[in-house]
Amino acid sequence: MKKLWIGVGIVVVAAIGFMAFKMLQPAPEGLNLATTRNSDANQFVVSIAPENPAFRRSDLHAWIATVKTTEGLPVENAQISVDGGMPMHGHGLPTNPAVTDYLGQGRYKIDGVRFNMGGWWEFKLAITADGISDVVTFNLTF
Amino acid sequence: MMKPLDMAAVVGVLAIAGWVAGNALMSSAGLSKAELATARSLSLADLPPLPKSVGNAVADDPRAVALGEAYFNDTGFSANGMVACATCHLADRQFQDDLPLAHGIGITARRAMPLRGVAYESWLFWDGRKDSLWSQALGPIESVVEHGFTRTEIAQKIAQDYRAPYTDIFGPLPDGLADLPAASPLGDADAQAAWQGVPAETQQKINRIFANFGKSVAAYERTLMPLENRFDRYTQAVLAGKTPTGDAQLTQKELQGFILFSGKAGCINCHNGPRLTDEFFHNNGVFSSAKPVTDHGRADAIAQVETDPFNCLGPFSDAPVGACKELRFMSRDAHTFDRAFKTPSLRGVADRAPYMHAGQIKTLGQVIAHYNAAPPAPSGHSEVKPLHLTRQEKAALLAFLKTL
Ligand SMILES: [Cu+2]
Repeated sequence: MKKLWIGVGIVVVAAIGFMAFKMLQPAPEGLNLATTRNSDANQFVVSIAPENPAFRRSDLHAWIATVKTTEGLPVENAQISVDGGMPMHGHGLPTNPAVTDYLGQGRYKIDGVRFNMGGWWEFKLAITADGISDVVTFNLTF
Repeated sequence: MMKPLDMAAVVGVLAIAGWVAGNALMSSAGLSKAELATARSLSLADLPPLPKSVGNAVADDPRAVALGEAYFNDTGFSANGMVACATCHLADRQFQDDLPLAHGIGITARRAMPLRGVAYESWLFWDGRKDSLWSQALGPIESVVEHGFTRTEIAQKIAQDYRAPYTDIFGPLPDGLADLPAASPLGDADAQAAWQGVPAETQQKINRIFANFGKSVAAYERTLMPLENRFDRYTQAVLAGKTPTGDAQLTQKELQGFILFSGKAGCINCHNGPRLTDEFFHNNGVFSSAKPVTDHGRADAIAQVETDPFNCLGPFSDAPVGACKELRFMSRDAHTFDRAFKTPSLRGVADRAPYMHAGQIKTLGQVIAHYNAAPPAPSGHSEVKPLHLTRQEKAALLAFLKTL
């Protein structure tokens, strides 16, 4: 009987080990990871991309947000504020990113971005242009 | 027909065989591709070059390195002639002192931090109330419980003992230093009163010498790079397609600990990158010896670093316009940082008890028990959730931490 329990114990330990192996910070199923999205009320079409494609997420770095109308015209003179965080960890962004430059053709440089932890991040832009305000939320996983 | 006992033996043997085969797969064929990528991200193989020190023009000047090393070890920069930086940052002890609270002239409120790799950090001290290494070096000098010195006395000591090397790097010292009283805007009441009596123009000259002192110390500290550990050697060998040999071999227990570290236990959430820190501030629910809580960590540091005349944007910084991004884009949401303290690097951690910002926890096993239990924070909100680690998993995690 003792041997049987040892056997069962070993199987259980092996199973737990395997589970631990698999549990590597899974992002939620079906998360929309698109980097071009319509804003919540379909006022803007927004794309985001890191300024430097070889960026290290933990470095302080910049993203470029391109804001267009649904007709595809660049949106100029937009006011953009940045928010976000890790929904599963219950905290916000570690820094206070801000638009530092307008690059033309509806492109805005957002500097001071850092993602200090691995996992699922929300990156939210609140955009106001020509009296219209809308919000777009991107999901990023690292 | 098999007897039940034999049957059990067969099941046991099969289970063992399966477990051994699984382990062999893991160790000989190496970790999975994703696991190996994670291992690499925690190893020196992924260490970037040192970031430029934007506010310190002499950060990479070998003359400043030599001068800073001399300052670092000189007990003459203290009120009683007995306290140097090296008093609490011992070179043969990972540049820390093994004490729960650092001892200078008096006893400080926090644990001395180890210095290897410190030049990678954007925020200094446990609460990040300094935004550069050179500015950090100024803090303990004028703390009444650390060096208990004043900035006028620093200028006088440099004029007396370091005039030639200082002048070589920073240019001539002003005249009349010897006539000044012991004076500082941050010292004891006498020192503060004396500082009020120093003409503003002289104050600025003294502040400049004081800043240059910090810049030299920082230049030396920049040379204290992280050391290779067993986990680096293991990862390096596996990445090169070689079988780890000697102490680069990790046991199954240590590898299991690595998998827990980067998986179920979630240590990697904050302890990530080649220094095993996210360089940020977190409330981990560690208990406070003071009741009610007096140390609110990062929450109280934000205003301090913002108004510090020796910050990156201040008149003594060498940063060009447009630099100082850490400070400019700093999160100023103080209430979200109650009792948040900086994630320390885990390199060399097993040989560096006691733990936490005030040395509250005596052993690494007790640290793991703390995270496993995830008690509520004495102030603010703990980010830690119970881990449900078994006794065996805790032991494996500890074994892994010892490879760092
Ligand atoms: Cu997080």
